[in-house]
Amino acid sequence: MINLPENELTVAFSASETTVLSQPNFWRRAGRSLLHDPVALCSFAFILLLTVVAVFAPLIAPYDPLRQFSNGLSFVGAPVAPNGHFLLGTDASGRDVLSRLIFGARVSLLVGVVATGLASLIGVVIGTVAGYVGGVTESILMRFTDMVLSFPILLFCVALIAVTGPSTRNVVLVIAFAYWTYLARVVRGQVLSIKEREFVNAARTLGVGHIKIIRKHIIPHLIPTIIVYGTLGVATSILIEASLSFLGIGVPLPQASWGEMISEGQQYFQSAPWLLVAPGVALILTVLAFNLAGDWLTDLLDPAVQEMGS
Amino acid sequence: MSFTLQPGETLGIAGESGSGKSSVARALVQLTRPTGGTVSLGGAPVTNLKGQRLKRFRRRMQMVYQDPYDSLDPRMSVSDAIGEALSVRGLPKTEHAAQVAQLLERVKLPATIAQRHPNQLSGGQRQRVSIARALAVNPEIIICDEAVAALDVSIRAQVLNLLKDIQHDTGVGYLFISHDLSTLRFMADHVAIMYVGRIVEYGTSEEVFSNPQHPYTRALIAAVPSVTRRGERRLKLSGEPPDPGNPPSGCPFHPRCPEAVETCRTERPELLTIGDAQKVACHVVQWGREKTPKTEVTA
Amino acid sequence: MTAWLLRRFLQMLLVIFGVVTLAFVFAYIVPANPARMVAGPQASPAAVASIAHQLGLDRSVWSQYVSFLGRILHGNLGVSFALQGRTVAGEIWLALPYTAVLAFGGILWEIVIGIPAGIIAAYRPRSVVDRFATFGALLGLSAPPFWLGLMLIYFLAYKVSWFPLNGVGHPLIWYMILPSFTLGVGGAAFYSRMVRTTVRQVLRSPFIEFARLKGMPERTILFRHVLRHALTPVVTMLGMDLGYFLGGVLIIESIFGIPGVGQLAYSSISTLDVPMITGTVLVAAVFMVFMSFVVDVAYTFIDPRVRLNVGK
Repeated sequence: MINLPENELTVAFSASETTVLSQPNFWRRAGRSLLHDPVALCSFAFILLLTVVAVFAPLIAPYDPLRQFSNGLSFVGAPVAPNGHFLLGTDASGRDVLSRLIFGARVSLLVGVVATGLASLIGVVIGTVAGYVGGVTESILMRFTDMVLSFPILLFCVALIAVTGPSTRNVVLVIAFAYWTYLARVVRGQVLSIKEREFVNAARTLGVGHIKIIRKHIIPHLIPTIIVYGTLGVATSILIEASLSFLGIGVPLPQASWGEMISEGQQYFQSAPWLLVAPGVALILTVLAFNLAGDWLTDLLDPAVQEMGS
Repeated sequence: MSFTLQPGETLGIAGESGSGKSSVARALVQLTRPTGGTVSLGGAPVTNLKGQRLKRFRRRMQMVYQDPYDSLDPRMSVSDAIGEALSVRGLPKTEHAAQVAQLLERVKLPATIAQRHPNQLSGGQRQRVSIARALAVNPEIIICDEAVAALDVSIRAQVLNLLKDIQHDTGVGYLFISHDLSTLRFMADHVAIMYVGRIVEYGTSEEVFSNPQHPYTRALIAAVPSVTRRGERRLKLSGEPPDPGNPPSGCPFHPRCPEAVETCRTERPELLTIGDAQKVACHVVQWGREKTPKTEVTA
Repeated sequence: MTAWLLRRFLQMLLVIFGVVTLAFVFAYIVPANPARMVAGPQASPAAVASIAHQLGLDRSVWSQYVSFLGRILHGNLGVSFALQGRTVAGEIWLALPYTAVLAFGGILWEIVIGIPAGIIAAYRPRSVVDRFATFGALLGLSAPPFWLGLMLIYFLAYKVSWFPLNGVGHPLIWYMILPSFTLGVGGAAFYSRMVRTTVRQVLRSPFIEFARLKGMPERTILFRHVLRHALTPVVTMLGMDLGYFLGGVLIIESIFGIPGVGQLAYSSISTLDVPMITGTVLVAAVFMVFMSFVVDVAYTFIDPRVRLNVGK
């Protein structure tokens, strides 16, 4: 059987990797590479900024994101355009768009990071067990992965939310449950090649236990992959969260989230385009930053890909 | 196939690539299950061990691998790599540093490299670390699978001498697998020549190298460039070794053998004693002499 | 070859069976009380009980599962709760043509934009075109489709009225241009990067150098050698995309008001129409599984090396 996406990924992250994270000059090399790559530098700076904004949202936001200002609506009851008082204008309920945007960053980052973390955990465990143990266990785990992968990811999330009910926790769980499959496949492919390497054989010959071999000789070699897929996964998770919120089944109201803001703004876009532009740009920049950071990490951590890309 | 390895002795196994040398090594340390045959250590069979007994067995037989760039985990420092072996032996962590230093000294490496990672070491240094790691569990036998093949000639000699010194001091037995006959001649007390998973000739190093009998052995030895044997008519090996999964009928060497006769195509020759300890599996050689009664080489 | 085809086909059936099982688990077992979910929070206990009976929830899980499988096997996806008296299969069948047009349109955009952009970028690395294509690709991958769709509507349908605002009408193609573009732009971005990488790899390989040394014109090299190698993976992945799109494109269909399968799934979620949700999800998954089968089979015909491996 051929599975194209899987082959694709195994090629991209072949085990011929020579990167050693604990290598003394690794961090220096990483730093130098970052300084020579303004795009990546900007991406990391943006992610850092976003994190600060999200963590300190109550201190940074000019207003309470839920407060409906009496002067937040024009005399015909329409949203107010950006002005000195409301820097990014107000929405249809007279709430400050900038403050909602800042609190929305919290939701996006939280959901993105937690969902990806959870997905990585599941993916790494299942992929490692499948690749290391092999045989029937591998067949069962990978067929199960195939089945979950057969559902279109967004529709799958939407349907799962529909049966479990919308809540922030469920959004995180559902995204994690849909995304782990990608990592599981890649990790399995890598474990298959790592476990054939001589140092694993050497450890087995010494009589080192399987658990310890996995912990000491396999997992450390997966870290570059996990970092790269984790970064790209945050981008994907943020997009899915925004899509779910846009469809009205994401993070529950009245909590501000970018997807929900776009969804609300949709009705007023003819008269109040800033309602679409602000959250849209925030979303694009965030996802873009994570994608670019992921690209840079791929180049840094995997010479095989670097070779291909240059 | 069967062969015996005495304590403190070196048995060399020679053959072209694809002759099954490495499979033998892997089967012996039970990385793979052999398709047949048994392995005994100290008289007790050690095939198909499981769990704790397998773990205990493993310590007694260690291996030094061919590729110095792959046999050490690039993410582990030298002291961690050796320390892992010491942990297996059950040595408390507090004693690791002293033991690591001692083992490094044993393989003639400076104690300062303990904190280095493999990518900061040369190929020869890596092989020494591999040897130290194997020694850390006090094995009775070390299998060297093309252990010096990847090294420069000058470094190769140093490592070989080191191995000899260690054997002299500890009495460890070596199973030395190599395609390089001069290395084997230097290292081995006994030599077994392998072809497609079978031993075709066996004897002391002296017997096999000065008086090779099997046409395959003769071809191998003739293929070694030599200054003294210049001008001598050389026995040439043509063709590729066959697929070990699908060996030819009769004598597996017959399609490439210049002396093959009809019987070679149909009957597989047995390994029979022809000299003191020398044994050959070849119809033509065996007919040349009087057929001696069957004697098995036992493990 | 035939044996492999048969095995691959059986494998597909097995995955479909698993998908059906998974759908059953999520529709009937995961929710604490599916009947309550269907009836709504205000429903009386009697109404909930009657719906539970209607759903067969008062029976054992196994008997529910068996009857569920039996129904699916006959192509019966059940009766919609929200749309009284309509069958799920019938509704999906009615919605499918819209989704199909949209899906093929999206694929078309992916091909028309993605492949040329990738080739040009590969032939002129680090040029303005390359940088523009790279940045555009990243933007295309990062922009949420619902936002992109709304922007297109705002500028091209509302501000300048080049295209209809939303809905469907005659000619259908006219109404599908913006939605299919929105659908295809992400894929186009992805393929332009993929084509760029593979074309660059092929251009550096010795047989291209040899062809150049022979004096083969650059155009011939491109069409005879480069494209053949670079497009094989693209073609197969386009097949997967088609399977994915045919399952319904929730967000784009809802923004543009296209009455396709995605819209059906979306509206069934707001009304908690469980048979409809299950039905649409199942159909989508089956499309994906089926297309991955088709792609695998096609691949063995395109690339003889794969067939060799298959024979082993």
